[in-house]
Amino acid sequence: MTTSTAPPPTAAGAPKPSSKSDPQKHGRLAVLLLTPTFLVLALVILYPLIAAVRESLYRKQEGVDEAGFVVEGENFVGIDNFTAMFTGEAADRFWNAFFNTTFFTVTTLFLEIVIGVAMALVMHHALRGKGIVRASILVPWAIPTAVSAIMWQFIFQADGVANEVLNSQILWTTEGFQAKVAVIIADVWKTAPFVGLLVLAGLQIISNDVYEAARVDGASAWKQFWRITLPLVKPALLVAILFRGLDALRMFDLPFVMIGPRKRSVETLSMLAQEEALNLRIGPAAAYAIVLFVYVAVVAYAFVKLLGADVLGEARTRDKEAKQKMKVGPGMATV
Amino acid sequence: MSDTKAPGGRRWLLNVGVIIIVIYCLVPFYWMVVSAFRRPNDAGDNSPLPSPWSLENFDAVFSPSVGFWRSLGNSLVVAGTTTIITLIVGTFAAYTLARLDFRFKNVAAGIIIATSMFPGVALLVPLFKLFTDIEWINTYQAMIVPSLSFALPLAVWTLATFFRQMPKELEEAAMVDGLTRGQAFRKVILPLAAPGMFTTAIITFIAAWNEFIIALSMVNEKEMKTATVAISQFTGSSGFDSPFGTKMAAGVIVTVPLVIVVLIFQRRIIAGLTAGGVK
Repeated sequence: MTTSTAPPPTAAGAPKPSSKSDPQKHGRLAVLLLTPTFLVLALVILYPLIAAVRESLYRKQEGVDEAGFVVEGENFVGIDNFTAMFTGEAADRFWNAFFNTTFFTVTTLFLEIVIGVAMALVMHHALRGKGIVRASILVPWAIPTAVSAIMWQFIFQADGVANEVLNSQILWTTEGFQAKVAVIIADVWKTAPFVGLLVLAGLQIISNDVYEAARVDGASAWKQFWRITLPLVKPALLVAILFRGLDALRMFDLPFVMIGPRKRSVETLSMLAQEEALNLRIGPAAAYAIVLFVYVAVVAYAFVKLLGADVLGEARTRDKEAKQKMKVGPGMATV
Repeated sequence: MSDTKAPGGRRWLLNVGVIIIVIYCLVPFYWMVVSAFRRPNDAGDNSPLPSPWSLENFDAVFSPSVGFWRSLGNSLVVAGTTTIITLIVGTFAAYTLARLDFRFKNVAAGIIIATSMFPGVALLVPLFKLFTDIEWINTYQAMIVPSLSFALPLAVWTLATFFRQMPKELEEAAMVDGLTRGQAFRKVILPLAAPGMFTTAIITFIAAWNEFIIALSMVNEKEMKTATVAISQFTGSSGFDSPFGTKMAAGVIVTVPLVIVVLIFQRRIIAGLTAGGVK
């Protein structure tokens, strides 16, 4: 660790006011520069979240009270919205939506990972056609989900091309398990290439030497994949799974446009909350939204804590580094 | 990178894999495009090319009664404003996260990444009530303000990645030469970061352009609907007739400009997407 002793003469202005040293140094500037972003986030995320919690404890009241006056307004109902959701008359619809949300998330994630990893491996090792693959893989990502929903609705219609290719007569976009399958196919089509891109980025930082060594040791291609590629690409994969999973948990556009609102076989929690809100049943809508929020938060927490998904990545200040700098710091700070 | 000593069998397998990926990604899109160019009555035709080719579906999309120009304009206003606000606000935060050292940096980065995981419907419900009360329903701001919730974290994260990739020595040298940090930022960093900011703008714009649930919920007047919502609600002449030809043509109109931009800037966009790790 070099340091405060005379700077090399070559570096003309070397005794710079180095800053990277003291973690407090930029404190004030950082606060200043971060304020606008955090203000906006507080306004569009924190405030609505708090408001949603409040709304979930109220219910709109319309009727006549004991004295015969028309009552209109909001009543504090405590956790009634939640008990109604879990066990009351709305429970059946809620648990169905909860199941659909979970089912879509698990199935699409699984398929996206398998297909995405396969795509990444092909792209990584491909000798020819890299340009065209890279170009085409961005196409599903760029298409708006609502448009891809219509596109797949068209493909899956009764006399559509899917039935012709499969030589089947399935009514894909009508209520039933086939509607779930149609949604899953459409979702995986759009997102697996994206997962492929993320995994490819992870693959590209694995050094070739590792494979050389494995080959020298006589490891088969299969073994190399399981013992080297997968463990080394795991950080990138975990982050991809986390973000895709959370995205799948809030799925709305695809089932809504492709199959339609109020369709039992594909209704997700987001669809349920959105519909209740538009029907001005704000209390129950907020309760659904809170449950979804908690669900997302729990999954995210589990990923970060249990599986160690490093979402911050290179953004993280490495502790060791910081400590080293601190040691060096005071000497260098010549200003 | 590529394995030049690949045995013949493996090479063959890789080429097949490449072809499968291209087909997988492009065939559904291709189907939308060719279906848009069929005559409306041929919508059920499943031949690989339209016969005959026709622009009738596009005429239908732009017929005055549909008002699709207006919808495209609305999308442009909402996505464009969201992108501009996001970039202006987010650049400072991104620079801070990428370049400055301060306590709670990990916390600040963590909060921004956490907000990007936020389920949109959880803010939609209270904002819908609020906007109803203050009569913002059917306005642009009712779509732009909620859109910031996903666009801002996305932009900050992507921009921070680009800032981090720039050599630190540059601004340090500038500061040694007597510029303040602010001047170094303006005169050295910003010009160099322009490509990264441009890429971030594209990614943010696409995310905002593709937004659906907010635009669907905050607007019920046809005049104010964005393109994605308008397409999903196209109705045929009779109630049950879903005008797929028109919808496919509208889908092509909404998508093709994006696809072209994405293909032109594909390398940068991939860098932005993968380094950001966020959709």
